[in-house]
Amino acid sequence: MALKTEPFVLNMGPVHPSTHGVFRMRTTLDGEVVVDIEPIFGYLHRGVEKLAEQRTYTGIIPLTDRLDYISSMNNNLAYCLAVEKLAGIKVPERAEYLRVIMAELQRIAAFLIAVGAFLNDCGAFFTPFMYMFREREKIVDLLEMVSGQRLTYNYIRVGGVSQDIPEEFLPALRTFVAQMPGFIDEYDRLLMQNEILLARAKGVGILTREQAINCAASGPVLRASGVKWDIRQADPYSIYDRFEFDIPTGTVGDCYDRYRVRVAEMRQSLRIIQQAMTQLPPGPVKAAVPHLIRPPVGEAYAHLEAPKGELGFYLVSDNSIAPYRCHIRPPSLINLTALRDMVRGWKVADLIVIFGSIDITVGEIDR
Amino acid sequence: MMPVLNFGIHHQVFIPAVPPDWPGGFWWHWLFFTVVIIAFVLTMVMGAIYIERRGMGRMQSRLGPNRTGPFGLLQPVADAIKVLLKENIVPVKADKLVHWLAPVVAFAPALMLFAVIPFQDGALLADLNIGILYIVAISSVSTVGIFMAGWASSNKYSLLGAMRNVAAIVSYEMPLVLAIVGVVLIAGSLSLNRIVIAQDIPFILLQPLGFFLFFAAGCAEINRSPFDLMEADSEIVAGFHTEYSGMKFAMFYLVEYAEAIAIAAIITTLFLGGWRGPLLPPWLWFVTKVMAVFFTMVWTRTTLPRIRIDQLMALAWKFLLPLAVINLIITAIQVLASWPDTLPWTLVMIIVNFTILAVLVLLWSKFFFRLGWGRIEV
Repeated sequence: MALKTEPFVLNMGPVHPSTHGVFRMRTTLDGEVVVDIEPIFGYLHRGVEKLAEQRTYTGIIPLTDRLDYISSMNNNLAYCLAVEKLAGIKVPERAEYLRVIMAELQRIAAFLIAVGAFLNDCGAFFTPFMYMFREREKIVDLLEMVSGQRLTYNYIRVGGVSQDIPEEFLPALRTFVAQMPGFIDEYDRLLMQNEILLARAKGVGILTREQAINCAASGPVLRASGVKWDIRQADPYSIYDRFEFDIPTGTVGDCYDRYRVRVAEMRQSLRIIQQAMTQLPPGPVKAAVPHLIRPPVGEAYAHLEAPKGELGFYLVSDNSIAPYRCHIRPPSLINLTALRDMVRGWKVADLIVIFGSIDITVGEIDR
Repeated sequence: MMPVLNFGIHHQVFIPAVPPDWPGGFWWHWLFFTVVIIAFVLTMVMGAIYIERRGMGRMQSRLGPNRTGPFGLLQPVADAIKVLLKENIVPVKADKLVHWLAPVVAFAPALMLFAVIPFQDGALLADLNIGILYIVAISSVSTVGIFMAGWASSNKYSLLGAMRNVAAIVSYEMPLVLAIVGVVLIAGSLSLNRIVIAQDIPFILLQPLGFFLFFAAGCAEINRSPFDLMEADSEIVAGFHTEYSGMKFAMFYLVEYAEAIAIAAIITTLFLGGWRGPLLPPWLWFVTKVMAVFFTMVWTRTTLPRIRIDQLMALAWKFLLPLAVINLIITAIQVLASWPDTLPWTLVMIIVNFTILAVLVLLWSKFFFRLGWGRIEV
């Protein structure tokens, strides 16, 4: 007797433990097998792009904090780069170095969350997550030292940074940079060669090189598919051309590669911080920028390598104190477009793992 | 010796171990142990919750609950009070009767398991001479309750969890029972008390492979990590008890821990020498061993990721089952060969058995069966 089954629709989210925010997946399942999914978002829409049109150029920086709220520094930096390009502002040397240090610290913090949450999605009951939060806490302490905030820093400003680092910052940073490689080794020892993790992540949710390029994926998702593309080297912004670092890439493009690429990225970020720390010159940290910036009529696009991928800001100026148009290119949203191709045919449990391996932040998707 | 309770048939149902010399005989015995079992299970569950929450906190480099009472010892009480005061919510489309009945159906067998487990020599409710069969039979009844919960909730997550649970139980009963048979062969009895008495050395030394299989299959049977995919919180929210709240949720919570304690108690009885041990009183040995086994379960829970449903099935049928059969054959040969009961010979047997364990597990995990190999469509 042939048993007939028919697919049913399951709404995963917007309130679900593993959707990393208020994100909804309208999944069609045949038993345990995912037939189709439809990502539905907009639950966190705040209209950041429209809000930006009514604020001064400086006043928009706090808005960018709230886009990808676990990598605020990178968002600040991307926006400030765009404004500086638009208004032709030159940033002092010391400020450039501080920006790089903060951005790379923020990268490590964001990867810690990404990897921890991914392992949590694989079913490791919060242990890796807690281990990684232990070190993220140290980074957050460092960033609190310079900015006074622990999540939305609002530290990087147009023409530099908001204030110079306190004198206790560099010794603390040195200790952190010295300790961190040991902790990364510890994360590797935790689960890297674990049979269950290999079975769950290896070969699961493969995104081929062609697919990754065609859907304009960026960041670790793209690099895990074997594409050596990092904006820090492909189109160096700030002072990234002065540092020496490698671009870790994967080979297959499965969940395991994406996880490994993120761990390897942490080490590279540490290398950059190490170099920036030793080269850090004295001097002013902020250019003389008027309080109300009026950039000349024109447009500018600046992008950088955020933890999730290419984060871009497109600004159009009409010579007033607020941008005529501010468009944000969020890496999470673009990377998410590959989800449907990756999960079809896999099981519900894989759906969560693949989704976790893309590493999205809903604040950025919905804007 | 008290007269044997004999239901007028030729078969002795109860074997008098250490007889209860109380007035009233059987019925007093029955009442006393019923009360003792319920008190024991509830206390152990509270202890287990405490160990789990504190131990897990330590393993995750955090403190764990430490605000309620000294060292947070009253945390289980606080949990219980909290959950009792919660509103009882039943989904509109739920099958009300089944939804109400499911926690009870799941909870009763968890308690019934303890009827045949000896807390010390003869201290058990019913020394059934088919104790192990009883355990095997009763332990799968909880599944009915869990499936009822999943079905009655009219929630797709619940249903997915319940289906996974049934699939897992059906597959894991087999290696579980086969792992027990090895012990039964050596002990020569199905009565749990007799098995403990037969353990001059803990059977884990003579049956390391059996212990390994029983532990793995037992963990799968009671949904402990890494086989906790029936209530995988990161995938299907809470599985079968997604739609439960208040006291009914507390019952499921209780079942989960009572079953974990039960499996730990069975492992203790079958493989770790039960209540036997030097110096300390027997019941204390029993409790210590049970908690040690439970601690191992907490340990695996904090360490390992979760496996997928098809991998779970494959693990049962391609890994555990063949090993269980091989273990049974090897044990049978060893029992038939009846080695001399002297210390050097026993030591040799222990070494041989551990070597067999290592070789077989290595063979299977490296060559015959890899977790990641291939996909089976469910």
